[in-house]
Amino acid sequence: MDQFIVQILNGLDKGSAYALIALGLTLIFGTLGVVNFAHGALFMLGSFCAVIMSRILSASHKVAVPGETDFLGNPLMRDQPYVYDWFGEAAGATIVDWAVPISILFAIPVMIGVGFIMERGLIKHFYKRPHADQILVTFALAIVLQEVIKYFFGANPIQTPAPEAFDGSLDFGSWLGFDPLTIMYPYWRLVYFLFAALIIAGVFAFLQFTTFGMVVRAGMADRETVGLLGIDIDKRFTLMFGIAAAVAGLAGVMYAPIVAPNYHMGMDFLVLSFVVVVVGGMGSLPGAVAAGFLLGILESFASMPWMVDKLPGINQIIIYLVAIIILLTRPRGLMGRKGVMED
Amino acid sequence: MSNSNFTRRGVLKTGAIAGAGLTLPTYLRAQDSGFTNAPTGDTVTLGFNVPQSGPYADEGADELRAYELAVEHLNGGGDGGMLNTFSSKALDGTGIMGKRVEYVTGDTQTKSDAARASARSMIEKDGAVMITGGSSSGVAVAVQALCQEAGVIFMAGLTHSNDTTGKDRKANGFRHFFNSYMSGAALAPVLSNAYGTDRKAYHLTADYNWGYTTEEAVRSSTEAMGWETVNAVKTPLTQTDFSSYIAPVLNSGADVLVLNHYGGNMVNSLTNAVQFGLRDAQANGKNFEIVVPLYSRLMASGAGANVKGIYGSTNWHWSLQDEGSQAFVRSFGEKYGFPPSQAAHTCYVQTLLYADAVTRAGSFAPCAVAEALEDFEFDGLGNGPTLYRAEDHQCFKDVLVVRGKENPQSEFDLLEVVEVTPVEQVTYAPDHPQMGGADATLGSCNNGA
Amino acid sequence: MLGLNKNDTTLFLVVLGLTLLAPFILNPFPEGTGMAQFNAGYPDLMQRFVIFGIFAIGFNILFGLTGYLSFGHAAFLGVGSYAAIWSLKLFTLDVIPAIIFAIILAGAFSLLVGFISLRRSGIYFSILTLAFAQMSYALAYSVLTPLTGGETGLQIKGTDTPLLSNVAEGEIGRANFLGMEMGSGFDWAAGGWAFTFNLGYYIAAVAMLIAFYLSIRIFRSPFGIMLRAVKSNQQRMNYTGLSPKPYTLAAFVISGMYAGLAGGLMVAMDTQVGPERMFWTASGEVVIMTILGGAGTLLGPVLGAGFIKYFENIVSKINKDILHNWFAFLPDGFEDVMVSLVYPFVGKGWHLTLGIMFMLVVIFLPGGLVEGGQRLMGLFRRKSKSSEADEADGTEPAE
Repeated sequence: MDQFIVQILNGLDKGSAYALIALGLTLIFGTLGVVNFAHGALFMLGSFCAVIMSRILSASHKVAVPGETDFLGNPLMRDQPYVYDWFGEAAGATIVDWAVPISILFAIPVMIGVGFIMERGLIKHFYKRPHADQILVTFALAIVLQEVIKYFFGANPIQTPAPEAFDGSLDFGSWLGFDPLTIMYPYWRLVYFLFAALIIAGVFAFLQFTTFGMVVRAGMADRETVGLLGIDIDKRFTLMFGIAAAVAGLAGVMYAPIVAPNYHMGMDFLVLSFVVVVVGGMGSLPGAVAAGFLLGILESFASMPWMVDKLPGINQIIIYLVAIIILLTRPRGLMGRKGVMED
Repeated sequence: MSNSNFTRRGVLKTGAIAGAGLTLPTYLRAQDSGFTNAPTGDTVTLGFNVPQSGPYADEGADELRAYELAVEHLNGGGDGGMLNTFSSKALDGTGIMGKRVEYVTGDTQTKSDAARASARSMIEKDGAVMITGGSSSGVAVAVQALCQEAGVIFMAGLTHSNDTTGKDRKANGFRHFFNSYMSGAALAPVLSNAYGTDRKAYHLTADYNWGYTTEEAVRSSTEAMGWETVNAVKTPLTQTDFSSYIAPVLNSGADVLVLNHYGGNMVNSLTNAVQFGLRDAQANGKNFEIVVPLYSRLMASGAGANVKGIYGSTNWHWSLQDEGSQAFVRSFGEKYGFPPSQAAHTCYVQTLLYADAVTRAGSFAPCAVAEALEDFEFDGLGNGPTLYRAEDHQCFKDVLVVRGKENPQSEFDLLEVVEVTPVEQVTYAPDHPQMGGADATLGSCNNGA
Repeated sequence: MLGLNKNDTTLFLVVLGLTLLAPFILNPFPEGTGMAQFNAGYPDLMQRFVIFGIFAIGFNILFGLTGYLSFGHAAFLGVGSYAAIWSLKLFTLDVIPAIIFAIILAGAFSLLVGFISLRRSGIYFSILTLAFAQMSYALAYSVLTPLTGGETGLQIKGTDTPLLSNVAEGEIGRANFLGMEMGSGFDWAAGGWAFTFNLGYYIAAVAMLIAFYLSIRIFRSPFGIMLRAVKSNQQRMNYTGLSPKPYTLAAFVISGMYAGLAGGLMVAMDTQVGPERMFWTASGEVVIMTILGGAGTLLGPVLGAGFIKYFENIVSKINKDILHNWFAFLPDGFEDVMVSLVYPFVGKGWHLTLGIMFMLVVIFLPGGLVEGGQRLMGLFRRKSKSSEADEADGTEPAE
């Protein structure tokens, strides 16, 4: 039983990442009708926002350590971050430690900017082109983005830890009346889940309760009519693209402490997030979120030792198997609309 | 129709002798040399086939640096590096047998198809007489088989699976790097000293060939020491978040977690294990421990502070104080500004060993080179006295057991050597069951054309 | 000729000529010069050009005609490869039965996948095929290791003794065609040039010519018209009392068999299979080849395949040393600047160049490389001021 609860937590955690990426993909698809294969790359860029921020914060100059030598016999040089000089050792260390949360502030404008440039500079010209062309051009863009990151940051994963305050785990078991220390869950992963829930709620509230959101929703349903009403829907859709990019970016920033960022992490997520979107149903925001959590939880269950013992390999294929079953029983995924991307 | 496989440079030259521009088809069998890609003229071409894209690109880049350094030293440039400490003095800095060493490079992408395509282009187009490199066992086995077929020598780069010189061993292939069996045999005594003999281990194993052989090796040698294996779970290679595999570990009754993972898998599973508090946990009244059988410094830097205090094994480490290692670290460090990785070391050494074997054999013919390498004993290349065993073309040398350093001095100073396991302890019979048993044979060497 | 109209005959003859003369065309630069780096006329790459050409031609029959975008075609290539290698290991070292097995098994597997996946359309269909392929990949990598060799894959071993071939004890068998090995052939040195004629390549080339011819016939047949109808308006097709499903399924199986043929040929040329041949990026690659070359055109997929394989194999091999040689004529400082400017785009940066090329082609040539060719031709025609009467090219770009 306790193992089930842990796996549900794991599933919610994985699901939050899937759901955030799928949410952004669906926003872009629903508003602009564009299949964005570069969305995984946006997630990756988000993660690297955290890396860049922690590099900036720990930017340092060399100080010789007296009496020590490096591997070539030269005097050993130690890195002394500038923030240590400016704010003193203790405050400086705290600032470096909190690089990941601080980079949220950095990532939002950067990612909205990236989204803007992408939409105005490239995607705009592809609205009238076939989906296959959109896929190819965004896929090519994803390759270019990840190669640029590889050029500057190398191919190895880069450890980007969460602040020390979030080290350790919460003892869920004693909360829920189990034996203590049976259900432990790391604080940062709980933070990630809450953060994801907050962003998802924020996006839904924005679309539901603001005039801007109302116009966008109207535009999603019938772009032409909204245009005829004299509303410049294009401008709003561009902004939506920026917001979608920011959602993917934030998902990436917060994910950096969980999985060390590397340049191809976007590609790793790309296929999965498409499966999530399609299982949820093309164009449905609640569907994308629900499918994200559903697949995350199923994946966690399938990787439990006794499941793998009984059905070897089930942990490798569960997502695809479930996707096939759902698509065969529900033609448009969980909550898809008729006629969207069916031809 | 003749049975030529490859090459083109040799032909070009034969053709030129037959009268430039003559439209006579030249059959390759007519080649005098009797082997594929015999170097003509005053240069010889080697093929460096390393991952330049994909997750192991950084490791490949380091291998390539080592190869460039080795070529420089062979051609008499630089400070000579390990040429000065190598026990065999056949090499004199004038290339190989007086021929200047040239090289071609290719990208394996860590995929066997791409690696073979790249190796074939080196053999067919560039006339490479030896192929070396790689950063994964699947690629090593695939390229080794290709070189056997084509009749060139393959000097394996970083490949740790038993199979490379076990059940998939080939007469034209040679491995300097150590293997899973050696890791297990070297680690087990150190682990039982450090953690006691009644431990319960939980294995997480990457679900592919290397993972299987490593799990088997570590399991059998730790079980021989009295440990018990509670469970062994296979994880998909493409997994990035290992939380759902790590979470059940603490309540499984185990008190040691063995991560049979490499590369990105290792970085992520270790990070996750530390996040879930395994390193600070208690189980069965003991401190919970984590073990990573194969360490790589490049990858350890990806795992950051999480490696502190965690045991593993490695083929070589730049902090070794012997003459050979020092010479290599100095010339590598002075050229590139940072210390070499174990991948760089093994690739550098393999190139030197090949050049030396050619010189001693007096021929580039693969069979002659193989004969010179078989049962060759040498020293001064960083691992102490080493034997290239004839039965399986595996190097036998001391194995380093290392631990993540508690107080690293620099970004390269992540591991400390805790024990140098003597070679006798990691030696096994050529027909050991983990090495393919009695069925595994080298076959006969192939000179190609 | 051969039941083709005038335009198609010309096209076929051009392809025939290009394929047979490939050893010359692909080796335009003399050996030993700096430009020899760009020669592609060595057996491995020539074989890959035609094999991936077949793969893309087959994919185009499904995607170009019906518009159904399969994202799992690499699975059929992989299944074909495994079938072929088992035939070589157990049955006979002759490649023809291996290729036939590959086609049959890939066809059977594509029938199964197609039957299920074609219950949905659009992106739902794409994801279904993707799911099947990813499952095949994951299982081949792990659970099915006894059958597939896992990560290491399968090769012919010294212990293999095929039923119909005489292999000496411990000898590693080689794939052959009527006793002639795939690697056999001869080189022809003429002046500074060296041309390689390789048996394996010509076997693959003949297979590709047959595949290409069949694809022309399919494009021009009533069946092909039906497939186009599926693409343009399925509903109207339904109303006229025709069920689109049998036609699409047939197209799916045909393209699966093309993939199997490609997979079988890959094994015949280079006797090794690994599971990464079925990974989604491999499926994505054939999609890119087809779109890049020009989906729905006859020649496009072949061009796209050649374009990508050329980059993968030639540009990735350019290293710093070679760059220094190229720019050696410049003064020292300039040389270094040029090398450091070009270096990020070649060698280990070949993916970057490929990505940029994709973007440029898709942005500026909506119909793919074929459209680029047509525009070029148009330019020449206008220059020579000939009448533009025969604009009805046999190859029409995708919609």
